[in-house]
Amino acid sequence: MNAPLRRVGVVVMILFGLLFANLNWIQAYKADEYRNSDYNGRVQVAEYDRKRGNIEVGGTAYAISKDTGGKLRFLRTYPGGAEYAHVLGYQPVNGTSTGIERTENQFLAGTSDQLIGDRVKDMFTGNKTGGGNVLLTLSKRAQDTAFKQLRDNQVGATRGAAIAIDPRTGAVQALVSMPSFDPNPLVSHDTTAASKAYNKLEQDKDRPLANRALSEVLPPGSTFKVVMSAAALESGYTKQTRIPAGASWTPPTSGTPIKNAADSICPQDEVTLIQALTESCNTGYAQLGVKLGADKVKEKARQFGFEQDDLTVGQLGEGGLPVAASRTGEMTAPDGATDPAALAQSSIGQRDVRMTPLQGALIAASVANGGSQMRPYLVKQLLAPDRTTSYYTAKPRELRQPVSGQVAADLRDMMVSVVENGTGKSARIQGYTVGGKTGTAQSGPGTPDHGWFIGFALDRNGTPISAVCVELEQAGSGGSHEAARIAGKIMAAAIADSGGR
Amino acid sequence: MTAAAVPAASPASTGEQPGVRLARSRRNAELSLLLLAMVLVAAYAATVEANVLDTVTTDFWVPAATLGLVFLGLHLVIRWLAPFADPALLPAVALLNGIGVGFLRRYDLAQAAPEEREHLAIFAGTGGRQLAWTLGAVVLAAGLLAIMRDHRSLSRYAYTLGLAGIVLVMIPAVLPARFSEINNAKLWIRIGGFSIQPGEFAKLALLAFFAYYLVRKREVLSLASRRLLGVDFPRGRDLGPVLVVWLISLLVLVFEKDLGTSLLYFGMFVVTLYIATERVSWLLIGLVLFFGGAYLAYVLGSTVGGPFANFYLRAEIWLDPFGDPYDKGYQLVQGLLTLGSGGLFGAGPGGGQPTLLPEVQTDFIFAGIGEEIGLFGLSALLVVYLLIVERGLRAALAVRDSFGKLLAGGLAFTLGLQVFVIVGGISKLIPLTGQTTPFLSAGGSSLMANWLLIAVLLRVSDGARRPVAAGGPAARPAGGPPEQLHGAPTEVIRP
Repeated sequence: MNAPLRRVGVVVMILFGLLFANLNWIQAYKADEYRNSDYNGRVQVAEYDRKRGNIEVGGTAYAISKDTGGKLRFLRTYPGGAEYAHVLGYQPVNGTSTGIERTENQFLAGTSDQLIGDRVKDMFTGNKTGGGNVLLTLSKRAQDTAFKQLRDNQVGATRGAAIAIDPRTGAVQALVSMPSFDPNPLVSHDTTAASKAYNKLEQDKDRPLANRALSEVLPPGSTFKVVMSAAALESGYTKQTRIPAGASWTPPTSGTPIKNAADSICPQDEVTLIQALTESCNTGYAQLGVKLGADKVKEKARQFGFEQDDLTVGQLGEGGLPVAASRTGEMTAPDGATDPAALAQSSIGQRDVRMTPLQGALIAASVANGGSQMRPYLVKQLLAPDRTTSYYTAKPRELRQPVSGQVAADLRDMMVSVVENGTGKSARIQGYTVGGKTGTAQSGPGTPDHGWFIGFALDRNGTPISAVCVELEQAGSGGSHEAARIAGKIMAAAIADSGGR
Repeated sequence: MTAAAVPAASPASTGEQPGVRLARSRRNAELSLLLLAMVLVAAYAATVEANVLDTVTTDFWVPAATLGLVFLGLHLVIRWLAPFADPALLPAVALLNGIGVGFLRRYDLAQAAPEEREHLAIFAGTGGRQLAWTLGAVVLAAGLLAIMRDHRSLSRYAYTLGLAGIVLVMIPAVLPARFSEINNAKLWIRIGGFSIQPGEFAKLALLAFFAYYLVRKREVLSLASRRLLGVDFPRGRDLGPVLVVWLISLLVLVFEKDLGTSLLYFGMFVVTLYIATERVSWLLIGLVLFFGGAYLAYVLGSTVGGPFANFYLRAEIWLDPFGDPYDKGYQLVQGLLTLGSGGLFGAGPGGGQPTLLPEVQTDFIFAGIGEEIGLFGLSALLVVYLLIVERGLRAALAVRDSFGKLLAGGLAFTLGLQVFVIVGGISKLIPLTGQTTPFLSAGGSSLMANWLLIAVLLRVSDGARRPVAAGGPAARPAGGPPEQLHGAPTEVIRP
């Protein structure tokens, strides 16, 4: 029996060898992955042991850490509640963090390479210095106005978004997504209560957790006519060029006629380009699009920022909140050639054209800033835990130049005309020049239309102060009018915060 | 089965030739190793306190010293009753047991409120209870050494033990779930606040029976055969007992919802069968039957469900634990993350977060310890286990009678297999099953059963290493039941 006993000894050694090899796999090869896994509570226990830095807006902290003395020592609290939820995000005990809490996590937690000096100092002094502080570009008044105006909108919309940026720098002045949520229950150290709160929000059909201002794409409707106008102006048209219009126009290949929102809009055979934009003349722009051709329309949209799928809004270097790509969609028939009907509908921002609110604001901002589109950003400054040293200060940079200065000036006049004489009158601000474009987009058969407004405000010297996009999902009749009104209020608040009247 | 039955092994007779015994018994080596093990356990306790309390209390050494006294007592009993027993077994097991108690106390500290930690009573909590169980288990082991002066006397009770084993296995299966089910496995007998795991003891009883049965049947099992594809296969009628054990282990799998126990019983049986018959075909048949059965249970679980659903679920978790990391896969995922967080060197004793891992005091204790002592520490623990198993097999090689060989070989292998099943389970090498980690996991049943197992190994190794002149088992005409074993052929030692 000794031979099999020896073999059994070898078998046991092989079994233990397998255990040893497997432990090597887990504790050596996979160790880093497991150690930093989202499911690993240790990451948090260690993180929660150090006071996380503040996230501040205009000198007020809207994300702070309070010492509880529990196993997880510091509790994150968000005094701003729902108003700042989509920008700040939240840092739950279990599960993934979002917003600035996620993108600036290392600096806030104090584990960033930039803060290595503080960590070394801690080793000698025995203190536990907290994480660094993140200062945001938001304007408190603009954010406040955007949140309240959107929530109390007069058309009863339950979903929507508003975003305002400084056209000269790209700094985000306000960013609101409706409906919002209170992030505080989600970061409770009672993880059962936290996940219950999360599941409730997750299952809400209005998707309060989604950041609509950056990630929701909807048909832009007539706001897309600004892009169309830019394409036309660059193809030799002027503001005064007369373009074919009419009460109704049927594209060559399709039996479905394109009509205007009301019979009073551009019933005549021809209108000037500026008049077409001011009145939001569908038949004019549909024919203009077919005349310019799909390539030109798509190319111009791309130059404004459509089709970019890797834009982020945070710091100007790397990282930040992801932005969904806006798309112009297909305009070809099955045989590969341009489908005039699709092109005509796309030209008035319907069909497969999809735009994020941020993209709308960027279009308005580019026009206001002389054709130069600045890269949007949210993080103004990173301050050391002791608040004396600054580790990062945003240096605004141009993202792209969609139109020349001349075309931008013409577009500006045309958009100002929209607010002064046309569909965007409710956006007007006393003492400032406001330009913009309304949009009413069909959302589908049997559902109310989306209301849009993109616009900008210039001071007396023509310096742009704010560019904004407001979107009210399925707002129905009067949606774009209400969007324009809210946009005016937000821009007025941004003006007030930047030292204006 | 007392000194009367086997007179040569009585203390009086062993005291006759002190010179020979002192030179070869290696009891002093055992004592030094034991002291070293207890120093390690004390050092572990000190490190835990330094990490958890930021200070080392003046009585950090008390649990280690208490354990040391208990093991010293066993050492003295071995000196007296089994002077030629293997000197490495006791220190190795003592080290594991000590680390287990130390870790459980460390877990108590983590559970206590921060302000109470420094004043946590030594004998309170899971750690204190484990200390008490250790005392009980060691007393039991010493008692077994005292009663069983010759391992062959066990064979006298083979059928009784076999029946007791089967009854012990079956009780939890037939009891209503509220008396037998904990954490979804029906492995317990629960009366009031007290619960025991009869399966832990059953494996010892069953093994003694297997060893006896196979010694009697080994000739027919190894000789009568049919040759197929170059491998000798047994006759159909000889397959009977194997199929019965196979069926029992499948019933365990289905009704007690426990793959680990099932694998343990079956592996134990097949390996003793293989040792007895020296026939590889038995291993092949065993492997095919087990994996075939497990696969069938998996398929049935996915289609029919019912009693097979639990096994199917466990297999699914094993295949993709991160598929449902917060619910079904939670335990395994947390176990893997705990092990991974330990990395190569670990967080240091007391430096980890054992409270984040469910069942860390029982099934997952190896992962909990692994977070703090890292890959290097766990490798050392595995080596200690391997040492125990290989020492057991060595005793089996050296002992002269077939029953002793099968008994020691089977027990040593069973211990190794149990370590493989639970450590492999928590590290996702095989599907996770609720086995205890021998000598580490909190719980009296497991501790007692495994210490009894060690006592049997000590007894067999004593018989194996005892010089023939001093009255080794092979030299004496054994009276009574061991005589039955004379029918077994003399073992030919092969080169």
